[in-house]
Amino acid sequence: MDEEKEFKIPIGPQHPALKEPVSFSLSLRGEKIMGVDVRLGYNHRGIEKACEERTYIQDVYLVERICGICSHAHSTCFVQAVEEIAGIEVPKRALYIRTLIAELERVHSHLLWLGVAGHEIGFDTLLMYTWRDREVVMDILALLTGNRVNYGINTIGGVRRDITADQIKEILKAADILEERTKDYIDIATQETTIINRLSGVGILSHDDAVKLGAVGPTARASSVARDIRKDDPYAAYADMDFQVITDDHNDVFGRAVVRLKELLESYKIIRQSVTSLPEGPIAVKAPRKIPAGEAVSRYEAPRGEDMHYVKANGTDKPERVKVRAPTLANVQAVRLMLRDRYLADMPIVVAAIDPCFSCTDRLISIERQDKNRTDIIEWQALRDYSIEWYKKRGIDFSKMGKLK
Amino acid sequence: MTEEEKIKQDLTDKFNYLQDKVSIKRARRLFLEVSIDKFMEVFDHAVIGSGFSMLVTITGIDEGDKFGLIYHLASEGGIMLNIKTSIPKDRPELSTVTAYFPSAEMYEREMADLLGIIVKGLPQGNRYPLPDDWPARQFPLRKDFNKDVLDKKENI
Repeated sequence: MDEEKEFKIPIGPQHPALKEPVSFSLSLRGEKIMGVDVRLGYNHRGIEKACEERTYIQDVYLVERICGICSHAHSTCFVQAVEEIAGIEVPKRALYIRTLIAELERVHSHLLWLGVAGHEIGFDTLLMYTWRDREVVMDILALLTGNRVNYGINTIGGVRRDITADQIKEILKAADILEERTKDYIDIATQETTIINRLSGVGILSHDDAVKLGAVGPTARASSVARDIRKDDPYAAYADMDFQVITDDHNDVFGRAVVRLKELLESYKIIRQSVTSLPEGPIAVKAPRKIPAGEAVSRYEAPRGEDMHYVKANGTDKPERVKVRAPTLANVQAVRLMLRDRYLADMPIVVAAIDPCFSCTDRLISIERQDKNRTDIIEWQALRDYSIEWYKKRGIDFSKMGKLK
Repeated sequence: MTEEEKIKQDLTDKFNYLQDKVSIKRARRLFLEVSIDKFMEVFDHAVIGSGFSMLVTITGIDEGDKFGLIYHLASEGGIMLNIKTSIPKDRPELSTVTAYFPSAEMYEREMADLLGIIVKGLPQGNRYPLPDDWPARQFPLRKDFNKDVLDKKENI
């Protein structure tokens, strides 16, 4: 075979490694990736334009649907900008609730990522365990907001639902369970040789390159770049919270996994602080329908990195311009570099390691009975019990499953 | 003197014409306005001299007979410097800043696709974010964009 010959393989747009459309064209020499060409935009839905044609309050719901996983990131980022333009003083209690939901979202997102990462390296047991544990935080989110994703908790001027004392008990209980599980995962990730060997030295992004390419979020922090908007440019109640910015100097996929896992522990810290020192008072103030002319830039540390919204108001009830910069776009250049000179087989985990998103919204199932002319609705809990029973009959008892160790 | 005021002082000392063009909107948020012919020297100074080492994004706005541009720069300390400039709509040309920030490539391509701004010096590459068969000379973020052009297309 002519070793000098380079050939191109197209991967995507239908999921090369992830369940979202993106297209890579890889130039290969043997098994080595020589060049990477990325084509994005398959998911472009024209939301920025659509925002200009809708009222501010409609836009809150629209921007929440930019992403299924960091939905709270986008809605918070947007309302913060609008509140700044309108000069609205958001009640402290609302800011704490926003912070709480933000961290619960980070927990679900990071646990989801850990499962995906496990799946990409063929460690599907890890996927099954993390996604089972992720249900704990999904249940809390559903309890607090009524929704598993797209929480709809934010509104201009505050939040839409208050938190009760009973809910706080549930949150604290969940945080304890999750913390224990996370410590378990940290042990696994840092001691299990399969993981260490598979992830170390893969998808290298040096500190200087991370700075130069403007990488954000855990991708940057795993290359010892201590960028975290929660600390650098505090919003919501983060200025009152005691937490560490986690960095790591491995510069590879292993480092990115460690950063996300340790960040989970910081999230539990913030969750506990936000509920135990939750200020009394109203949860929202009335916001005007028409927002006075002005502009504001709002930043937010989403699970994947910095999210930025720019809003320009023109005095009407609809914005003049809404600009959104989601974190993945900032990390695209870094992915190109991480893949270059690496083996083709590393591609799925390297791409997955910057953590792009997909959504999950299953909540209930509707069964129409043809014979009896009526419809049964099975609630989520009933569906879950049914599935546990179904497996039990076949000799697998999930309710008694122990720890992974 | 706060950090924001120091940055403002430094910019107005260096560039006389910025005298009353720099404003501090709130803590960590600076805005400045500069004409397009002076833009590069101010941008260069902000990035190299003042330590605004991150380009968060570039916003393009249709402002009638011109396009408004905002370069959202950020420092590691969390301060944002938003440099505003504008270019005429009948000659919407602009130089790339990819020499400073490689990540600007996607932001500039986005402006080219959605607003029809011509970014000079941008390397060859795929368009972003519109599909390859998008009708020519149709820029959705312009205020006069007519959605009907899309409905006439077949196979949608």
